[in-house]
Amino acid sequence: MPDIERLVNDFVAKLSKRKVEGSQATSRLTAELLRSVVSLQRLPPTNSAAVLIEAVSGIGVKLVAANPVELAVGNIVRRVLHIIREEDLSLLTSKTSDLDLSAASDDEGTIDQDYDPTQSAAAAAAAAKSFLRPPSLHALLENMSDKAVPSNNYTSSSGGDSEEKTKADKLARTRKLKHDVIEAINILIEDIDTCHDLIAEQAVEHIHQNEVILTLGSSRTAFEFLCAAKEKKRSFRVVVAEGAPRYQGHALAKELVSRGLQTIVVTDSAVFAMISRVNMVIVGVHAVMANGGVIAPVGMNMVALAAQKHAVPFVVVAGIHKLCPSYPHNPEVCLNDMRSPAELLEFGRFSNCMEFGMDSGAPLQVVNPGFDYVAPELVSLLITDIGGHNPSYMYRLISDYYSADDFDLQGRIHK
Amino acid sequence: MVGKKGGSKGMGAAEDAEEELARTPLQAIILADSFTTKFRPITLERPKVLLPLVNAPMIDYTLAWLESAGVEEVFVFCCAHSKQVIDYLDKSNWFGQPNFSVTTIESHNAISAGDALRLIYEQHVIRGDFILVSGDTVSNMSLSQALKEHKERRRKDSNAVMTMVIKQSKASPVTRQSRLGTEELFMVIDPETKQLLYYEDRGDNLKGYLSLDKALLTDNTSISLQNDKQDCYIDICSPEVLSLFTDNFDYQHLRRDFVKGLLVDDIMGYKIYTHEIHSSYAARIDNYRSYHTISKDIIQRWTYPLVPDVQFFGNSATKLERQGMYRAPEIKQSRSSKIGPFTVIGSGTSIGNNTEISNSVVGEGCSIGSNVTIEGCYIWHNVTIEDGCKLKHSIVCDGVTMKSGAALEPGVVLSFKVVIGRNFLVPAYSKVSLHQQPIRQDSDEELEYADNSSGITESPSVSGTLDLLNEEERTELPDSQEYEVGDGGVGFIWLVSEAGQEEEWRHSVAPIPVDKLVAIMQISNDEADLPNEDGAFLPPSGELGPDSITNDSNEDAEDIRDDSVIFEREVEATFQRAVEEDVTDDHVILEVNSLRLSYNMASADCAGALFYSVMKLALDAPHDSPNELYKNVVSTVRKWKKLLKYYLPSIDEEIEVILKFEEMCLESAREYSPLFVQILHHLYDQDIIQEEAILDWASEKEGAEESDKVFVKQSEKFIQWLKEASEEEDED
Repeated sequence: MPDIERLVNDFVAKLSKRKVEGSQATSRLTAELLRSVVSLQRLPPTNSAAVLIEAVSGIGVKLVAANPVELAVGNIVRRVLHIIREEDLSLLTSKTSDLDLSAASDDEGTIDQDYDPTQSAAAAAAAAKSFLRPPSLHALLENMSDKAVPSNNYTSSSGGDSEEKTKADKLARTRKLKHDVIEAINILIEDIDTCHDLIAEQAVEHIHQNEVILTLGSSRTAFEFLCAAKEKKRSFRVVVAEGAPRYQGHALAKELVSRGLQTIVVTDSAVFAMISRVNMVIVGVHAVMANGGVIAPVGMNMVALAAQKHAVPFVVVAGIHKLCPSYPHNPEVCLNDMRSPAELLEFGRFSNCMEFGMDSGAPLQVVNPGFDYVAPELVSLLITDIGGHNPSYMYRLISDYYSADDFDLQGRIHK
Repeated sequence: MVGKKGGSKGMGAAEDAEEELARTPLQAIILADSFTTKFRPITLERPKVLLPLVNAPMIDYTLAWLESAGVEEVFVFCCAHSKQVIDYLDKSNWFGQPNFSVTTIESHNAISAGDALRLIYEQHVIRGDFILVSGDTVSNMSLSQALKEHKERRRKDSNAVMTMVIKQSKASPVTRQSRLGTEELFMVIDPETKQLLYYEDRGDNLKGYLSLDKALLTDNTSISLQNDKQDCYIDICSPEVLSLFTDNFDYQHLRRDFVKGLLVDDIMGYKIYTHEIHSSYAARIDNYRSYHTISKDIIQRWTYPLVPDVQFFGNSATKLERQGMYRAPEIKQSRSSKIGPFTVIGSGTSIGNNTEISNSVVGEGCSIGSNVTIEGCYIWHNVTIEDGCKLKHSIVCDGVTMKSGAALEPGVVLSFKVVIGRNFLVPAYSKVSLHQQPIRQDSDEELEYADNSSGITESPSVSGTLDLLNEEERTELPDSQEYEVGDGGVGFIWLVSEAGQEEEWRHSVAPIPVDKLVAIMQISNDEADLPNEDGAFLPPSGELGPDSITNDSNEDAEDIRDDSVIFEREVEATFQRAVEEDVTDDHVILEVNSLRLSYNMASADCAGALFYSVMKLALDAPHDSPNELYKNVVSTVRKWKKLLKYYLPSIDEEIEVILKFEEMCLESAREYSPLFVQILHHLYDQDIIQEEAILDWASEKEGAEESDKVFVKQSEKFIQWLKEASEEEDED
């Protein structure tokens, strides 16, 4: 599989050199890569789902290691793993009925071919409903036993049929699994692509006439959200905190003005002074953690605290691909990105303060963290592609989109 | 050929040239050999570009930067240990990168950058503008802006062959060296066009003076002289550069020969421009000090994204913790050990109880025992440090073993696989290697730095401590005389020449010791204060540097702090320096004038003081008989006649000089008294003193006491002769 390797190495190189910027672009590329991995992966007739999961999570570990700061990569890997599990499960449930059918009519080939993706998705949904939705202990146990059952079930049933028939059957099943997984990943990619629109659609429900909205830094999601409200003839003002040291707020302000929005730019330190005039804070974030806390550009915690002080709603807009199934206290999670001090100071002008080889005390240190952590208590509302949620609801979404087995990618490899 | 074609095209068909430039992929040449010996003895075993810099080989930084900057084709020129470089590149997958081709060019006889470029020219691989860097460059700058500027200039003027990348970085006012350990760099740049007009990277040779060609001022509307810039050694070159090296086969060094050569030579009219970078980082590892500084810059993330916790290429990922602490995931660290700020610990390393590590880089697979102190060290891979060792500001290469209780003083370099014996103390700035020091300095290898004794010149003189230690070792262990590094130790301590040792602290990884700083501060104060116009800040005369000469006159002068005495000593010191450093008359005049102003003296005092200094000089020259002394005087006066003349505009000054001379003969320099007339006559012959002055002096002295008239009487005949001569003239 030199092709897979080459593709993966390419992407790893891009990730590690920070050539892919932005959660959305990264998630999309990750999903596309995993799609090609799935399609190129050679699968044995038996146990194909396990092989696929092993392959994907192996690559996933590499991808996550390449850029541990970009949590979206890990999220997408886990999503894909979840998809594989679901499809495998739905296939099994259909297989049991399938087997009944084949026993009756001996016509397994046509049935396999007739099977279309919508049906599969429906089956998957059904399976998800019956097996995954209720995160109860009972269901988990059931799930486990189910996983153990198929091979036994299958071999025992194949014993009755002729060798060739079972082989063809297995092959068809493998092919179908692959096909279904790819279809589901396609849907995932589509979801990632449309997340901005889906979030923006909800804008009118949240932004009202003559309101003052405050935002910090620049986020595409927040921008689209504001623009969508504007397009719906809402007139409101936007206060943009510039977002030092990268000053992405400047670019955002420029774009907002070009869309005809009344925009005010303030320094980050002026946020507290402005907050009493603000009706709502709407910001984009880097990642949403399992407890509902968010990782956001540096300075955000200050904004959130100011908003809390004046009882201003602090609303976070984020695509579902930013939802991360780990908790911020998990040591495996890389919470911050210490960026170059050059963003703050010009090296040349301060080079005198930075160690002349003399023993006179410590040299000048510059610390430039990329992100802040905002605790869930400070977040009023999280708006994702599927609607607005309370931070405390995040665990539900996580159990919808991820399998508990995949939370720790690294751990899987060690086992 | 390719290069020349490009050049001729640039003139006639600019558009064609532009098209050609656009079509060719961006190329770069990496010189994977620094052609110096500054990293010896380490570089005897491994090429410099493969030495780990914060646990990743230097060349990885260079290649990763070039790749991210959009370079498509790289030629790596390997010379020393070329096999190792090629093997490494092969193993590390650099050859198989998409859109980034790496090709090696191997040579075994190139001894300088010039040779390397000539060889590359012969291979006809460079088709357009290219980036020229050495394999020890660390940077994260974006080349696009510099390239654009370069190409635009090229379109207008095909003689703009090179763009040098520079960066602000002020040299220390005390040590006169940059934070990278290189000497202060002086550049003259046209502020409008950014053209480089003058380049001097050896501030030491200037002795505090910088002389610029007058043409610089006449030819340019404005120039700016800069000493706060650092040369990044990143050059964007046109293909002509290669052919220039071929045409001038004696060009060796990129800066000293090539850049200076182009700047001086105005026949061809080639121009060099500069491009200053502000926020991005670029630096080259030239010596141990820059190795240290750049390591620290990397740890402090100035080189982002080329930092240890980003896998920019093949380096194992580490995790950044608080206070700039980087730890690889798989290390064994004792609970009681302390790891301080700005420290990197590589994977697979184990650290024992109560060990303290701060400000250091520890490589992969090292085992560090208990109660070890490591401060400011660079420990490479698979090093074993046993219990109780103490390491300070040192470099420890791969595979070194330090037996328990051994200690390193600041500035030590332990080369590969050296074993330091139990409880052995390695003296400061020593270099230990398994290889014996080359006995003879190979002139070929040192061609480029022939004037720079970089620690390999053989010399019998060793520092006292070293000798002492060696002797101790020998007496204790007569059987292992071969090695000099303690009980069970393996390795040779390289001897450092006297001059080398003096310079050693400048370029080592250790911080500059305080006493050295104080010493330099002292010297530089003395130097700086002499031409200082504000007399109030002058130190009391006793603290002045080379003033032993004036000591004898000290005894007589009752109040030492008297202005005129101080003034005289100042003038003398100035003159003395002028003699030693061969300063031109004009500069001496300038300095003396400023002294005169600051002490509020008359020009007669200057004349007297200067004359005194001149005579003093003559007196200090070796002589046996009065005759020889006279000869000395004659030659000295001839040399400094112009200077003396300058301060003798009228009779009054001349009389002052005679009086001064008289005083000298009576007091400080009695050797002159028998020669008084002879010298006076000589001064008259040389037109320094006119006859009127002598006659006036004689008449002035007539009324004086008898004891004062000794010299008048001595020169009676001469005066008589003068009188007659003048009368004869009058008659004519």
